[in-house]
Amino acid sequence: MRVSMDIELKDVPGQLLLALNPISELKGNLISVVHHHENHTPRGLIPVQVVFDIKQENLDAVISRLEESGVEVARVGEERFLEHIAVILIGHIVHTDIQDTIDRIDRTGYAEVVDLSLSMPRIENPSSAYLKIDAVGKKELKDAISLLKSVAAEKDLLIIEPIETELT
Amino acid sequence: MKTIRASIIGFGAVGQGVAKVLLQKADYLKDIGIDLKVIAIVDSQGAEIDTEGVDLSAALSRKRTDGRVGLENITGLEVIRTIDHDVVIETTPTNIETGGVGLENMLAAFEHGRDVVTSNKGPLAMKYRDLAKAARSAGSTFRFEATVGGAMPIINLITDVLAGNKIISVEGILNGTCNYILTRMMEERASYEQMLAEAQELGFAETDPTYDVEGIDAACKLVILANAIFGMDATYKDVDVTGITKITPESLILAEDSGYVIKLIGEVKKDLIRVAPKLVPNGHPLAVGGTLNVASVQTDLAGTVTITGRGAGSIETASAILSDIISIYKK
Repeated sequence: MRVSMDIELKDVPGQLLLALNPISELKGNLISVVHHHENHTPRGLIPVQVVFDIKQENLDAVISRLEESGVEVARVGEERFLEHIAVILIGHIVHTDIQDTIDRIDRTGYAEVVDLSLSMPRIENPSSAYLKIDAVGKKELKDAISLLKSVAAEKDLLIIEPIETELT
Repeated sequence: MKTIRASIIGFGAVGQGVAKVLLQKADYLKDIGIDLKVIAIVDSQGAEIDTEGVDLSAALSRKRTDGRVGLENITGLEVIRTIDHDVVIETTPTNIETGGVGLENMLAAFEHGRDVVTSNKGPLAMKYRDLAKAARSAGSTFRFEATVGGAMPIINLITDVLAGNKIISVEGILNGTCNYILTRMMEERASYEQMLAEAQELGFAETDPTYDVEGIDAACKLVILANAIFGMDATYKDVDVTGITKITPESLILAEDSGYVIKLIGEVKKDLIRVAPKLVPNGHPLAVGGTLNVASVQTDLAGTVTITGRGAGSIETASAILSDIISIYKK
């Protein structure tokens, strides 16, 4: 899982290293560190935002080790959806049960339809939809697209994906 | 000065374009040491033969006024077999079911030790391996830049200019008719049918547009790239093809609202040959409009190289044929 954590460090040398050590010791993979040196907190601490990937079972250990070493943990949040894709569907989208199309993505648990714009010119004409899908990771996003493709094939909908270079 | 004797087999738009370009560039060719003599021109109704060199402007005007190039009752295949010459310029109409007469012409040319330069996709999309093998065992040179992307130099770019690079993938717009229709649907917020009619009126689409709009033409070009560049043994049947006939103006508007255009994109890489409409971000190198073609070549050393150019037109296609001829004989 990917975690975004706000921590607060004392304004003395060596503090950042102290804060990052527990993450690497517990096999976390550091994604980014943003050091807000210019904004001290009211208590005179320096806010730092760290983003890292780590196994869920190790997260509590990271937090307690940080606190033991005197690092203030102000906020811990999970960044659930990391990957996004936009696709277009063309066909009888509504009449083939649009709710079901969306549910089948949402039910995966690893991907969700987060945006939908629909254009229906006339009742007998095919409609067009723009769908945004978020997923927890690259692999899950690919799986969600394959699922959507099989749903589209079943319902005779044309699916238009972004070019590959856009995906990577 | 080297004298090169050529036949032009097929005298439609491309064949005539070749004759025009050879006339226009005769002095240039002599300057680089090539004296190119066309010893025969053949169309579906007959042939004009002159072993001293056919008068190209007379042949062009005869074709314009009489609808045929010559009165001699002899086929392209007979010319290839019986008249001594160096290179066969094969520009007969394409046939993707069997490879058609073009396939026979090319095989016969190799059998008689002649080089072949062609714009004819069908035989290459159906029987690339046989053709390449026949050329190799005859010691002949086989060049076909004009089959993919018209004037856009994709094959020679990869095989000559990018030599040494490993080619990871090629993707792009390989059919100008589809690009024109999609571009105009976007501009006019109009239906596919309306813009197809406009393209037909302007001569960008055939009366029977199936070959273009169903993605077949783009698929054939991908097969040629797959075989010639990726060393595959693919035919048209190996391509996963979706055309543009179901694209709605509403889908183009929805795409535009989110910063995309919809293009018919062909892609070839290891284990995949596919033609399908795709979302291309606005401002992306592949987002070219009108009748343009474009191709992005992904390589291991040079990174991504993108070229764009006119994918059709008789003079443009003849340009690719001329450059193939020069590359064979300028040594």
